[in-house]
Amino acid sequence: MRREIPTFIALFVGVICIVQFFIPHRPFGTLVDTFSDWFGILQAFAIWLGALNLLRVSLERSVAKKSHDRWYGIVVILAFLLITITGLFFSGGRGFQLAGTRFDYLYVNIYTPLSSTMFAILAFFVASASYRAFRARSWEATLLLLAAFLVMLGRVPVGDTLTGFFPDGYRLSDVASWIMTYPQVAGQRAIMIGIALGVASASLRLILGLERSYLGGE
Amino acid sequence: MPPTEPTMTRAPFLERMMRIDRRVIFLFIGVALIFPLFFDISQKLPVSREVQMAADALEAVPDGALVLFSCDYDPPSAPELQPMAVTALKVGLRKKWRMVIIGLWPQGPQQANMALRTALEDEQFKDLRLTEGVDYVNLGFQSGNEAVIQKMGSDIPTTFPRDYRGIPVGDIPLMRGIKNLGNFDFVVNISAGYPGTREWVQFGVDRFGVRMISGSTAVQTTEMFPYIGRQLAGLVGGMRGAAELEQLTETPGRALKFMVGQSVAHVIVILFIVIGNAAYFATRKGKKGN
Repeated sequence: MRREIPTFIALFVGVICIVQFFIPHRPFGTLVDTFSDWFGILQAFAIWLGALNLLRVSLERSVAKKSHDRWYGIVVILAFLLITITGLFFSGGRGFQLAGTRFDYLYVNIYTPLSSTMFAILAFFVASASYRAFRARSWEATLLLLAAFLVMLGRVPVGDTLTGFFPDGYRLSDVASWIMTYPQVAGQRAIMIGIALGVASASLRLILGLERSYLGGE
Repeated sequence: MPPTEPTMTRAPFLERMMRIDRRVIFLFIGVALIFPLFFDISQKLPVSREVQMAADALEAVPDGALVLFSCDYDPPSAPELQPMAVTALKVGLRKKWRMVIIGLWPQGPQQANMALRTALEDEQFKDLRLTEGVDYVNLGFQSGNEAVIQKMGSDIPTTFPRDYRGIPVGDIPLMRGIKNLGNFDFVVNISAGYPGTREWVQFGVDRFGVRMISGSTAVQTTEMFPYIGRQLAGLVGGMRGAAELEQLTETPGRALKFMVGQSVAHVIVILFIVIGNAAYFATRKGKKGN
């Protein structure tokens, strides 16, 4: 029964959700609204579960004396406690995100610049990776290199400056736009259709109980 | 059989050009990105079709319309997406839209607040006095990803029972009469990934027929291109798209300023790629010659 009941729930919810997509009326619409509420509640618990798990892992790491990562664990715990306690108890209750609260101060002045910095580092790695990866070693690599070259140059004003003597519609920005609009979209559509078919078949396997790995065990 | 690295038979200079230390590249990119920030350089950008469509779609939304802003991003993506949010909000303030803000990402509503604060600092809005709950409302974050959009299609007050200050939606003047997504004239989605534009297209647009534009990070812009036209009324992609939108809506901001650095950085990356390939071909030629 430990496997049959969850499988039946998956089957019931899955079928209702599919039917509701085509018949959005009672009782299917109401049922799916209820399922959405349940999903939201489950996900809210999952967020807490994730946060507490992060805390547990960091705690284990920080008490392990020989671990080189212990300081990272300590920083995670301190940051977690700082932002949680500030948000819950020292930022005016429900309106903790309002401008001027202590939580908002931490968010704007610490979290935002730190996160943006982490993301900005990508610019440096992408530049270095492009230099190493874009080598015309084969026909396919040359094609990729050429497309990247044209799009990168066409997406900045200098591309049009270099090809300013070309007639309108044939400058680098137009070439970049053409690559993005036609060959790129064709490839994307193929990938999307492939993914959609894969998702549909995987979902059907879940709904019909053929795929049970999410229940754990064998 | 995979192609192999050619044997280095030419001068060590070519070898060095093929293996430039990444710290040298970092230095060049760093200077390229930082240097333009100290100068007030402006450049006119050629406008792409998808951003022109987005600007036209925003312009077509009537004054006083009810517009939903779904801010589905967090600070790491803010350098790219925050300028778009600010520009869209500026257009909204100029056209006196009634704006409802939500977030499918926990940090989204706070990013929207920051964007609104930035928009209101603009000279053209300095005399504008907005009343929260009447002119705009921030309903905050709701967990559930695409299920939230699905639920909004049938019942918004039960999806977002309170705004982010904790005030029940029934007590918010702007929310009176709003039942579901069908009540909105337009949706602006600023997205950094999942859940975001793709989910809004699948559930909000295809299912409930909302009219929408999307602002997305440069890395996911290519995935959104197939939706342009039918599902998306326009697409603003990355810093470049944000700069174009600022130019088109005549609300110059940070994106236009940052584009100078991005332009120089692109040129530097291309130069490094050219150097690497030139050295690669020169060494390969040397190998064939031997």
